[in-house]
Amino acid sequence: MTQWFKDVWEGFWTVLVGMKVTWRHLFTQPATLQYPSFKWPLPPRSRMRLFMHYEDCIGCGQCARACPVSCISIKTEKRDKDLPPAFAATGNPIKLNVTVFDIDMSLCCYCNLCTYPCPTECLYMTPEYEFATSDLTHHLYRFAKKDAKFLTENPKKKDEPATPAAGAPAPPAAPAPPAKPSEA
Amino acid sequence: MDVTYELLVRLVPALADLPSWLVVAIVAGLPALACFGFMGVGPVVYVYAERKISGFMQDRLGPMRVGKWGLLQTIADTFKLLFKEAIYPKAVDRKLFILAPLIVCTGAFLPLVVVPWGARLQAADLNVGVFFVAAISSLSVVGLIMAGWASNNKYALFGGMRSAAQIVSYEIPAVMLLLVPVMIAGSMSLQDLVAVQAGGLQNWLLFRYFPLMPIAFVAFFVAGMAECNRTPFDIPEAESELVAGFHTEYSGFFFAMFMMAEYTEMFVISAVTSVLFLGGFLTPFPGGWLQALGPVPLGWFWLILKAWSLIFVMMWLRWTLPRMRVDQLMHVAWKVLLPIAFALVIVMGGLVLWPATANGFPWDRYFGWPLTVLLFGFLIVVMVRALRWNRRRAQELAA
Repeated sequence: MTQWFKDVWEGFWTVLVGMKVTWRHLFTQPATLQYPSFKWPLPPRSRMRLFMHYEDCIGCGQCARACPVSCISIKTEKRDKDLPPAFAATGNPIKLNVTVFDIDMSLCCYCNLCTYPCPTECLYMTPEYEFATSDLTHHLYRFAKKDAKFLTENPKKKDEPATPAAGAPAPPAAPAPPAKPSEA
Repeated sequence: MDVTYELLVRLVPALADLPSWLVVAIVAGLPALACFGFMGVGPVVYVYAERKISGFMQDRLGPMRVGKWGLLQTIADTFKLLFKEAIYPKAVDRKLFILAPLIVCTGAFLPLVVVPWGARLQAADLNVGVFFVAAISSLSVVGLIMAGWASNNKYALFGGMRSAAQIVSYEIPAVMLLLVPVMIAGSMSLQDLVAVQAGGLQNWLLFRYFPLMPIAFVAFFVAGMAECNRTPFDIPEAESELVAGFHTEYSGFFFAMFMMAEYTEMFVISAVTSVLFLGGFLTPFPGGWLQALGPVPLGWFWLILKAWSLIFVMMWLRWTLPRMRVDQLMHVAWKVLLPIAFALVIVMGGLVLWPATANGFPWDRYFGWPLTVLLFGFLIVVMVRALRWNRRRAQELAA
């Protein structure tokens, strides 16, 4: 009989304890973020959609070779001799005409291996992640342009009078973007 | 009627010039329409409140997209359910399948006939009002078991069987506990039950006969919650065991009718509990203060306020407690609530015979209600302290 009263009281009391917990949570700040209106800030090196800056590409194809899932396809042809000389922003001369530079983002595994070998830093990951589509072919990004405006002068040449005196490193050192990790 | 008539005539003086049959129709029809609209729109409000409260209790936001703060969400859901095709699976018994939600809805809405919204604002003041509520609200068990059987689905049948076992079990302690206020009032009419509690907070039946009436209140509330299949007792539609219980095969408007019935039943149980224990449409202030605002009676406001607070407690419990097992459910009904109910009926029967105003001293009110206030004050202090703790915690986290 005493046990019965104890059990009933315990049942009633523990319900109140549980109600206290939910009452407490009734007034906590909700953890929900109203997603399309508000977004979580992304970390600076987040790996999302690839982007290629076509005017800087020298067509070396190292990114395509580095890709573990072969989602980058590049076709190049020799640049016409009659055209004015072209340079990437890092000073590398553009000797090949990149006719096709396709990245199939539906294949991409976001490993970021393609961006490391790029000598001109023209291929990089953007923090853009909202590119869901209803058609898979929309994930094939074609970066090759017909009317690209290349630099006709080597942008690094102005610095060269200063550098040869210091020992003149033959390849112009590309300034690493702050987002990149160290070369190691 | 005459109060409503006076009010309407004061608001629209031209009403008095109309032929009397039209006046009667208008005066009777307007409150009826208001009550019906309130009841019909009620479930929409309750579902929204339920979703919001569950969201907040789980640190979510609840519906936020449709309308400001998701206010139109349940209206959109209602329209969706209305326009959806009613699917009849091949194996169902069509007649029973269609009849079942109608019976459940009838059982849920019909007790509203005797719910008193004010001293004269009541559809029918039956002299067996309490009995009527108990009888009609257990009508829905027929509909539930019918839905389970007609669906020709083992989960639905399980749900129907469970609901029958549950409602029949909990009906007994509920009716026994209904007897306790009825013995004090000496009448089964809900108007008389409210009248006996007139004169302010200390006369409410909850606050009388100190440890007995609060126990009766809690026990009746638990039994009522079990009768409308709310979560600690929602084994008839336990979605983790039975797909959706008795309404597994229902879709579209029939499903909406089951939902409407569930939420209306919640309101009925809350309203009846507040009539029996919390003074119904009476104001909590002494001397009838705010019982009416000028010519406008405020009884409906107090009743709705009390009933909605109890509905909030139901939702609060729903998102606090896990679902009971079938044997635990039967244990609570037969081994906990029923002995309590019988003991209360016997003890209160004796106490009612003993005149409450022995030697001109209404001991139960002066002795009982401060203690009850202490008890509930303690609960409120616990909750407020929890809230403060919460705020401190938030400040600590922010710091």
